[in-house]
Amino acid sequence: MHWLQMGGYWPWVWPSYGLTLLVVVLNIVTARRSLRAARAEVRRRLQMQRSNP
Amino acid sequence: MAWIWFHKLGSPPHFYRLAGRMTPWFAWPALLLCLGGLYGGLVSAPADYQQGEGFRIIYVHAPAAWLSVMIYSAMAVYAAVGRIWRINVCHALAASCAGIGASFTLVALVTGSLWGRPMWGTYWEWDPRLTSELVLLFLYLGYMGLRSAIDDTARADRASAVLAIVGAVNVPIIHYSVTWWNSLHQAPSVMKFGKSSMPASMLIPLLMMLLGFTLFFVAIMLVRARGEVLRRERGAQWVAEAAVEA
Repeated sequence: MHWLQMGGYWPWVWPSYGLTLLVVVLNIVTARRSLRAARAEVRRRLQMQRSNP
Repeated sequence: MAWIWFHKLGSPPHFYRLAGRMTPWFAWPALLLCLGGLYGGLVSAPADYQQGEGFRIIYVHAPAAWLSVMIYSAMAVYAAVGRIWRINVCHALAASCAGIGASFTLVALVTGSLWGRPMWGTYWEWDPRLTSELVLLFLYLGYMGLRSAIDDTARADRASAVLAIVGAVNVPIIHYSVTWWNSLHQAPSVMKFGKSSMPASMLIPLLMMLLGFTLFFVAIMLVRARGEVLRRERGAQWVAEAAVEA
């Protein structure tokens, strides 16, 4: 508990770490989603080409 | 002969496969370094004699600020290489950098504000370092906005590359702002020539975080760039093979 108080600086320390963690997670999620979307788009094009040769 | 590796990297299929293989080699060390750095910074480093426990914000603020400037420099170099040698992979890399750079610039600004409130008594001051960092955020947003405003990828590459290269003039301004002008922001204490002014117990976790964040950026950039390359090359035969393999 004492450690979480950060000597009274917790209102500035923990939001800083929270925001950083959020941005790190968002970067991971968006990067993976972007790659997955690009792959799905390629697969869709391939399927369309195969169905309409 | 020595430049063969460089030309090979410019080949989209080669880059796509190499980036896929390299990503875990950056991601896992990044995770380990950040966990070690967090433990060192939040638990084992002693409180600062002036700033108390509030100084621990430095373990996320300094790596974010470092990334904001380093990513912009990388983006400008990729844009210049792409523009000069017309290497599409470099434009894809530059485009992949922008979102990551903008997000870490925002983190640097917000965590800096959160540190400034208890230490300076204000969240914001039109200080040279803070203002030039804010200009950097606008440069990232301008780069992203310009790219999304132009439908033709080749035209978007050319136009955004010019903006990235011209905007690079802000990078040395950010770095030297604390020495060129009177600034509330402290002078460099880690990245300066000679001995660091921080004790090892504080410095080592910070260096671990700096390296961890840098490796994290490379890993994320490679994932984003792979998607960007796939989108650009969607008509090519190798893309069909890569999509089937995945």
